[in-house]
Amino acid sequence: MKNGYLGIDIGSISTKGVIIDDDNNIITSLYIWTEGNPIEAVKKLIKKLQNNLPNNVLIKGIGTTGSARKLIGLMVDANIVKNEIIAHAIGTLAFYPDVKTILEIGGQDSKIILLNNQMITDYAMNTLCAAGTGSFLSSQAKRLGVNIEEFGSFALKSTNPVKIAARCTVFAESDLIHKAQVGYQKEDIIAGLCKSIVLNYLNNVAKGKKIYGPVVFQGGVSKNKGVVKYFKEILKTDVIVDPNSHLMGAIGIAILARKNKTGKTYNLNIQEISFKTIGSDCGKCANNCEILRIYKNNQLIDAWGNKCEKGLKVK
Amino acid sequence: MGNYFIPVKYLLTKCLNIKVLNPPKITNKTIELGVKNSPEFVCMPFKYTLGTFIEDLDRGANVLLQAGGGCRYGYYGELQEKILKDLGYDFIYINLINGGNHQICKIYRLIKKIDPKFKIYKFIKYFIITIKMVKYMDKIDDYIRKNIGFEVIPNSFTDLQKEMFKEFSKVNSLYKLRKLYHKYFKKFKLLQVNKPKNVLKVGIIGELYTIMEPFANYFLETELAKMHIEIKRFTNAYYLLFQKRKGSKKYLKYASEYVKYKMGADATDNIGRCKYLCENGYDGIIHIKSSFCTPEIAAMPIISKISREYNIPVIYFSFDANTSEVGIKTRLEAFYDMLEMRKNK
Repeated sequence: MKNGYLGIDIGSISTKGVIIDDDNNIITSLYIWTEGNPIEAVKKLIKKLQNNLPNNVLIKGIGTTGSARKLIGLMVDANIVKNEIIAHAIGTLAFYPDVKTILEIGGQDSKIILLNNQMITDYAMNTLCAAGTGSFLSSQAKRLGVNIEEFGSFALKSTNPVKIAARCTVFAESDLIHKAQVGYQKEDIIAGLCKSIVLNYLNNVAKGKKIYGPVVFQGGVSKNKGVVKYFKEILKTDVIVDPNSHLMGAIGIAILARKNKTGKTYNLNIQEISFKTIGSDCGKCANNCEILRIYKNNQLIDAWGNKCEKGLKVK
Repeated sequence: MGNYFIPVKYLLTKCLNIKVLNPPKITNKTIELGVKNSPEFVCMPFKYTLGTFIEDLDRGANVLLQAGGGCRYGYYGELQEKILKDLGYDFIYINLINGGNHQICKIYRLIKKIDPKFKIYKFIKYFIITIKMVKYMDKIDDYIRKNIGFEVIPNSFTDLQKEMFKEFSKVNSLYKLRKLYHKYFKKFKLLQVNKPKNVLKVGIIGELYTIMEPFANYFLETELAKMHIEIKRFTNAYYLLFQKRKGSKKYLKYASEYVKYKMGADATDNIGRCKYLCENGYDGIIHIKSSFCTPEIAAMPIISKISREYNIPVIYFSFDANTSEVGIKTRLEAFYDMLEMRKNK
């Protein structure tokens, strides 16, 4: 029998699952769309992972990360729930122990993590807006009628990327429309967009941070060859993109699940479990906390969002 | 702002023949009211105080008191008065800082208008007591901040603090106040804490309103206490009222290699504090401000530079009326994990 550890990274756009063994080898992995429903996405994910799993593997730990980590952590009874910053750092360190900078651009957020001697020394995350993240790229791809998977290779064809306002998605979009109507080539516009993503990231998220090599770039956007090209060009250093760059968070949390194993063996048959959340306004004072109640098999297991004693008694 | 309504209320009830309404705790409703009636890009303190004023007026208040200054805040009073009058409210507005300047005579005349029996010597006596009260409150607060993360019995610190405030409101002389202060300080020291030797220490710097009003910073200090972190905070009412003038000069000299001129509001102070925290064994620094706070935005690049030179991480939070709480928690959690990793190496 072999031990396996499941890591689930539930992001705003995509849900990633990976099962690793004791030596960080990936046994099986999967990348699916969240489609605004993390519970259903994870059920689907686990079912598919289970089908690909060899019979001799026992799941000895489950970890969750990403924006829905807490909810899914409850659902699958995870032994560790950690934020995506730590998960990404741990995952990357397992493959690139001497990494100094991790650039990560995901669907809804982007971050930079600085490391030294295998230890996080500093990090930053985009704060107020989602400018220059994956969701903006995919919405623009749709507007231009280009498949998001081909977006990067389109950008590589360009020799003269157009200049696009990089500050804010609203400005970027109106710039984009304008350039298209004036008659610029599609590949030049796409290349300009990729470049503006890079500039935006470096001006906002990585502001004031010194970027040293080796640099690893990950998150969904790292699959976009155009963005990678402009990162290399502007940073004037090599940028490593792992073939599993989109899975790094899930791998990281799987490693953490292994480190925190309790000896318990997990059952992956969660398809039959009914898992429901009901959101409601408390209404017992002017603050009106939004309370979220979580039911597993019609039994209340937890409630979030409450800020005082009044809301404690859940109906 | 925080618990400071207690001494202010004390002063007003003792000297004036008026009824003082406790400001309602800031809630989502306050913010909604404030945001609805404020200019969009004004900073959060404006929205919060305006919302509180509207709630107070709805509860029957007819005199409003606005104090503060240092940055744009010095002109907020006039604008708020105008907005409230436009909304159709009728009230007397006491603006302690008018156009950026103190106008003591004018305020005195206004007070006379509200309460003709007002006596100046009585006011001076209670004013001194109030100031002492603020000083004692802040001292106790400092102690609480250092230890609340390690309390053995949940809520023991906050419960005792509430009890202390009740007693404080009843005093009539400086002597009694001092006695009470010593009594409660002893009581606080007797509260059981379980504090390991090598704890994580974090300093909080930034814009004063966001720092001092827990609702505005999403109860940051409570969150840190839950993670068992010792907290150092410089900004409190006593500092702002009496030590700031000297303090700013001191900080300017102390951090002279980073800052040459006064930068307005608390920006210079925060640069000095950042250096202090870096040199005195703190593990991390949290810089908070409300969005669009110009002085703090100017201070941030310098703070980043200090942090790089001393290799102490700084995390920046920018709060607006509708910041996502989940996002703040994620960043704070990661900050904690990072500090823990650094410490254990």
